[in-house]
Amino acid sequence: MLTIKNLQASIEDNQILKGLNLEIKPGEVHAIMGPNGSGKSTLANVLAGREEYEVDGGEVLFDGEDLLDMGPEDRAREGLFLAFQYPVEIPGVSNANFLKHAVNEIREHRGLEKLDAMDFLTMVKDRLKLVEMDQKFLHRSVNEGFSGGEKKRNEIFQLAVLEPKLAIMDETDSGLDIDALKIVANGINKLRGEDRSFLVITHYQRLLNYIVPDYVHVLVDGQIVESGDKSLALELEKNGYDAILERI
Amino acid sequence: MSKLDGKLAAAKDLFLKKYETFESGLNGSYNAPFNETRKSALNAFSNVGLPSNRLEDWKYTNISPLLKHDYKLSATARNLTADDLSKFLFEGLENNLMVFVNGRFNKSLSNYTVAEAGVVVDNLRHQVDSGSDVVKDHLSRHAGFEEEGFVALNTAFAHDGVFVSVPDNTEVAEPIHVLYISDSADGEFFAAPRNLIVAGKNSKVAVVESYHALRGSDHAYLNNVVTEIVAEENANVEHIKIQDEDRQAYHICRSQSHIKRDSKVTQINIDMGGRLVRNDLNMEMSDQNCEAELIGLYMGTGRQHIDNHTFIDHAMPHCLSTELYKGILGGKAQGVFNGKVMVRQDAQKTNAYQTNQALLLTDDAVINSKPELEIYADDVKCSHGATVGQLDEEALFYLRSRGIPRDKAHSLLQYAFASDVLGYIGLDNVREQLEARVVERFHTL
Repeated sequence: MLTIKNLQASIEDNQILKGLNLEIKPGEVHAIMGPNGSGKSTLANVLAGREEYEVDGGEVLFDGEDLLDMGPEDRAREGLFLAFQYPVEIPGVSNANFLKHAVNEIREHRGLEKLDAMDFLTMVKDRLKLVEMDQKFLHRSVNEGFSGGEKKRNEIFQLAVLEPKLAIMDETDSGLDIDALKIVANGINKLRGEDRSFLVITHYQRLLNYIVPDYVHVLVDGQIVESGDKSLALELEKNGYDAILERI
Repeated sequence: MSKLDGKLAAAKDLFLKKYETFESGLNGSYNAPFNETRKSALNAFSNVGLPSNRLEDWKYTNISPLLKHDYKLSATARNLTADDLSKFLFEGLENNLMVFVNGRFNKSLSNYTVAEAGVVVDNLRHQVDSGSDVVKDHLSRHAGFEEEGFVALNTAFAHDGVFVSVPDNTEVAEPIHVLYISDSADGEFFAAPRNLIVAGKNSKVAVVESYHALRGSDHAYLNNVVTEIVAEENANVEHIKIQDEDRQAYHICRSQSHIKRDSKVTQINIDMGGRLVRNDLNMEMSDQNCEAELIGLYMGTGRQHIDNHTFIDHAMPHCLSTELYKGILGGKAQGVFNGKVMVRQDAQKTNAYQTNQALLLTDDAVINSKPELEIYADDVKCSHGATVGQLDEEALFYLRSRGIPRDKAHSLLQYAFASDVLGYIGLDNVREQLEARVVERFHTL
């Protein structure tokens, strides 16, 4: 589903990713862990198409297509979703209006009929339950005045509505208390499926107690230095990144 | 004499010369008492002429592009059918319609049936000719022309416009739509629409005034509008003006509201079109417990120049004024907002709030923003705020990352910026239809 080959990327002339390789197959959950500054968020942003990042080399194939050649909206339509580390507040645009536009753009791209107001409402009300959000969130401006936990739940809610093939979770656990973390993880687990893959980017092992990954990768200085199964995350938790840095 | 002064003087002379022809064309109206007012106005125009940008109030607006045309006083419009008008109409207001074409009343396209007893909706010229008392009491009594070249010009050349008179204790259920259509296919022309709206005690009325051009209006034209609004005690007037002129049009408008005790006037001003646009919107609160709302949205692109001047005069205590103006400018468009609030010595317990925000979509778009508060009373609450900004890049990326293409994301964010302005429109039906037109316009910015 996603193939990253020797990806190199920089921001403001600082090279951050220095030859990253990764292969994600349908239905797999991959976790990427790493210390601060290792390039975790850069990877998420480059994959989502943020223009401030310069791709200096390598390639990314998404279902065989050149992902780096597409604008952010085209990546979303092809089935890529980024859950933002810092979701953006958009005063004056209601959650409902925003999502209706997004859903119908994506449906149109997939050759499906646009949802009318009634069908859309039925669908979103159902998905709200997944993250235990009240209906009143539909009528509030996107993320405006939301607490940190509400913003992250709103990201998972959007994921549930837009039904992507690959969801990149950029530090979705940061700033969440344990109750909010459980709700978010629970929502993600319900959305796991044979055709949907996840790339979970996190600094802490804690999230992986709730979202059990198939693979864990350790990112250090712009490269994946070690890959393993979920036990690698536990080892990191126990011994810290230093132990791995010594080993390599 | 500067180059501009020379052009201003030449344009003035041209209008003065045309007056004789205009006067002989008035025919039956020649003996109406209003003709004395016309002559005084012509005299005033001859004294003050057209404004130069050396005047403080015209500092940011140079009218020289408007001066280089040889306007005819009447231009033949193409024959119009109801179909030609359809895209300018508001669903639900088709039967409350007054149509003016190139400043002339078009009776056959108008369709107005008055539901409430005593309400008069007519063309002003007919009311002037028939010696109406309301005309005598109010026409040219509020919009002073002595110091104002364009008001003087309009008063001298006022040909026709809408006349609305609502008797005491009457609520007009349906809004009145006044449609001004311009067609300059035949040549450059000048029109001086003149409107008078008088709402009696305890009355309520809403008027939607819209300005449009027919496709193929290839010549420049000048609409020089004056609207006088009177709200008697405890009246409520909602006035919505939609200016969607051709990109070659010059639109100069003065509106003067006279607000009496316990009454409220809301004026919503939407500017979408025009090459050079100037609105002077004045609210005079002459007694206690009045309320004024001045709400505006202007959108410009290309080389459009849109100037909004507002003046709210708090002369008496316990009045409230709310002002919200927002602008979205792309291309090389220029906007001006000058909002003056005067709180006179007797106007204790005044509440006056002014907000003015502009969104600049390009590096070449310009806004000149100037709030002016003059306060001579000591127990008042007044505030003003002005901001200028660009579209939020983070928000744009967020929307795009959800599959929404760039141009749609742009319009969504522009709509988010503008939506609270449209929220002031109390007429649901009009608001919804106008919202759709505004969103459509966003795509062209």
